[in-house]
Amino acid sequence: MPGRDDIDRLVEKVRTSHRNSEPLRICGSGSKFFLGRPIVGSVLDVKQHTGIVSYEPSELVLTARAGTTLREITKALTASGQILGFEPPWFGENATLGGTVACGLSGPRRPFSGSARDFVLGIKCITGKGELMSFGGQVIKNVAGYDVSRLMVGALGSLGVLTEISIRLLPRHELETTLMLELDEKSALDEMIRLSGLPIPISGLSYSSGLLRIRLSGTENGIASAAAQIGGQDDANGPEYWLQLKEQKLSFFNRNQILWRLSVPVTAPAMNLGNDCLIDWGGALRWVYTDKTDQEMFEFARQLRGHATVFRAESYYQGERFSQLSGVVADLHTRLKSSFDPAGILNSGIMYSNV
Amino acid sequence: MDSQASNQSRNPELAKALRVIVGSDAVVTDEEALRPFECDGLTAYRELPLMVVLPSTIEEVQRVMRTCAQQSVPVVTRGAGTGLSGGALPLSDGVLLSLTRMNQILDINDSTHTARVQPGVRNLAISEAVQHLGLYYAPDPSSQIACSIGGNVAENSGGVHCLKYGLTVHNILQLKVVTVDGELITVGSEALDAPGYDLLALMTGSEGMLGIVVEVLVKLLPIPPVAQVVMAAFDEVERAGDAVAAIIGGGILPAGLEMMDNYAITAAEDFVHAGYPVDAAAILLCELDGTQDEVDSQIAKVEKILTEYGATDTQVATDEQTRQRFWSGRKAAFPAVGRISPDYYCIDGTIPRRELGTVLTAISSLSEEFGLRVANVFHAGDGNLHPLILYDANKEGELEKTEELGNRILELCVEVGGTVTGEHGVGVEKLRPMCLQFEDPVIEQFHAVKAAWDPHSLLNPGKAVPTLARCAEFGAMHVHQGNLPFSNLERF
Repeated sequence: MPGRDDIDRLVEKVRTSHRNSEPLRICGSGSKFFLGRPIVGSVLDVKQHTGIVSYEPSELVLTARAGTTLREITKALTASGQILGFEPPWFGENATLGGTVACGLSGPRRPFSGSARDFVLGIKCITGKGELMSFGGQVIKNVAGYDVSRLMVGALGSLGVLTEISIRLLPRHELETTLMLELDEKSALDEMIRLSGLPIPISGLSYSSGLLRIRLSGTENGIASAAAQIGGQDDANGPEYWLQLKEQKLSFFNRNQILWRLSVPVTAPAMNLGNDCLIDWGGALRWVYTDKTDQEMFEFARQLRGHATVFRAESYYQGERFSQLSGVVADLHTRLKSSFDPAGILNSGIMYSNV
Repeated sequence: MDSQASNQSRNPELAKALRVIVGSDAVVTDEEALRPFECDGLTAYRELPLMVVLPSTIEEVQRVMRTCAQQSVPVVTRGAGTGLSGGALPLSDGVLLSLTRMNQILDINDSTHTARVQPGVRNLAISEAVQHLGLYYAPDPSSQIACSIGGNVAENSGGVHCLKYGLTVHNILQLKVVTVDGELITVGSEALDAPGYDLLALMTGSEGMLGIVVEVLVKLLPIPPVAQVVMAAFDEVERAGDAVAAIIGGGILPAGLEMMDNYAITAAEDFVHAGYPVDAAAILLCELDGTQDEVDSQIAKVEKILTEYGATDTQVATDEQTRQRFWSGRKAAFPAVGRISPDYYCIDGTIPRRELGTVLTAISSLSEEFGLRVANVFHAGDGNLHPLILYDANKEGELEKTEELGNRILELCVEVGGTVTGEHGVGVEKLRPMCLQFEDPVIEQFHAVKAAWDPHSLLNPGKAVPTLARCAEFGAMHVHQGNLPFSNLERF
């Protein structure tokens, strides 16, 4: 397989940094640098560690080095009629698999086919001590040892430097279509809940600017009968809409203001923020612009039984980026972090001050 | 031996303290009453616990844990006791915490499509309780009539439908967990993700080593309106394996995809008369579900592939009765094998599907080498292979020989890139195979993860992760992944 094995250099660099207690800032293509708290550290560049290590379409599994771009992976998958089931946002042409998994972000398909962590089967990583370890594997069912692979997803590199990832794939749907219904926010939320309970092949439910968009993915017959059941009108620009939603290229996202990500139960009420709110994930994800303070927003999300993230912020923003953890859970985070990275050199402080 | 007296006298103060918390009827110390708790579904390992404690509320669990932690008494948590790896094997000096009294479905939410349940609720009871809403809980381990959801979380249980619908980890949203110190924490959330590390994933499959699951928020799915099964017979196992690869490579995601070899087919057919072709080398059962339109087009595709790959016979179950009959043989495979042999030992390795032919050939050679018969049942969709080794425990040395054969088969699974346990867990049974699969630093890291939750190792100590000393004992047969090249396989 083409690519470049840069593992020796990476391991050596982490070992040296561990010895010197020198903080590292793990770097793929840098497409998602805006996430998390600002951190300092010497750059550990993983993007040279590239290549698809194995890909057997009939196994529905792909293993690639962390620096492999999503572009390369998508190309290989498309040739075999398969997809990454969690529809990851790239946020940059050169987004890497490692960064994607470390950030743990999932696209519009997430409520219907699963999240980034749901699809991760195994990882290799370098711990903070500079030890290269392998967790999980390449098989769907695997209960040997703790599920460290999935623990790493969304840990923002603070537990280990991901160097290789095995990921489960899905067959590409035969056909995809998007329907539109004109509704107010509350009716749209109710409709999303209703549709989610039906055995029809939904792969996206989003609401913005007074339009509920319903994406269906499946067989030609399956989609036709579902579409007849739902009604509404075809959105010829459907594919473009979902791509721009996933990549935050819709005009909604084009604002110089803090972008809040509210992850809430689908039953969270309509926020009636008009064009300051965009709904994805069938109601479970609300992108919001607001003049409220960060503390007010974190509290607001907590009251909705969800949590909030300062997803994009201007450089002057000094506050926390993620909802705070309770005392016992925060302590567990500290101890887990220290078990993988005793010197605290890996992306330390990126999530919270203690991890 | 008067072990009742000894049990009573070994820690009467603790029993007294715990009775104050949970009530006198919820602390068992009498030997006769302890007897049913001496093992789980893996009956080869037995131990009487110091006492059994049966809390009814989260607060009782917290107080029991505080008391045990203060006195440094180890605690083994037990659900329905159906586990197959000895994960709930008691410790003679420990409390067995049975959660069977926490068996209430607390809430069913038709809008969020979730159910909030106590850990002792049976897996199938959840689906039964939400059926009227057109919903169900997807993971369906074969023990689903009896096994509890708390145990499912501890083992990350799967089921025949996991290729399409995932394992327990994919179907739960939130857990309430009591820590070793009796603190109550919540991991996961009512939303689709939670801030911080994914402790929900870490807890799932952790075999009672990190915390005690006291409440589970499960995800419910709409019941697929149609499910149909195709049965195909093959005169060579390899062809069946190739057909599996072609189905999945062909863009079809079956709800279930199972394979049985001739030995398992014959045993099952003799037992339940499922209508299996007893002269076939292998059969495949492929279930498709969804709307009628979706299923129709997928069935047509699957039939075409099966024929192309040399199926000698294919039959589609067009009615529910036939579908149930086709499945009855597969579901009865274990007891069917139990009928033709005094004992059997079930292996739980998982392999990349493409290695199926190689692995089955090697198992067949090993079977001859050891002089023990092996029937193979294979979750072909997800690569989980269950060779059933037939033996007679009353024959001197045959259990040891069987375990040795089991280890050789697991070694093979690891060599081809698989794992030593796909769904049954490590428990006490697979500590030795764990040494085959993981290198020492990884095992040390597992211990460090446990220590982050349970620094004094009071929760289910000695299970799930072997000590390095134990692995060193097995050092002679240490085969780390990759060190033994694939080409060495012909030695079998």
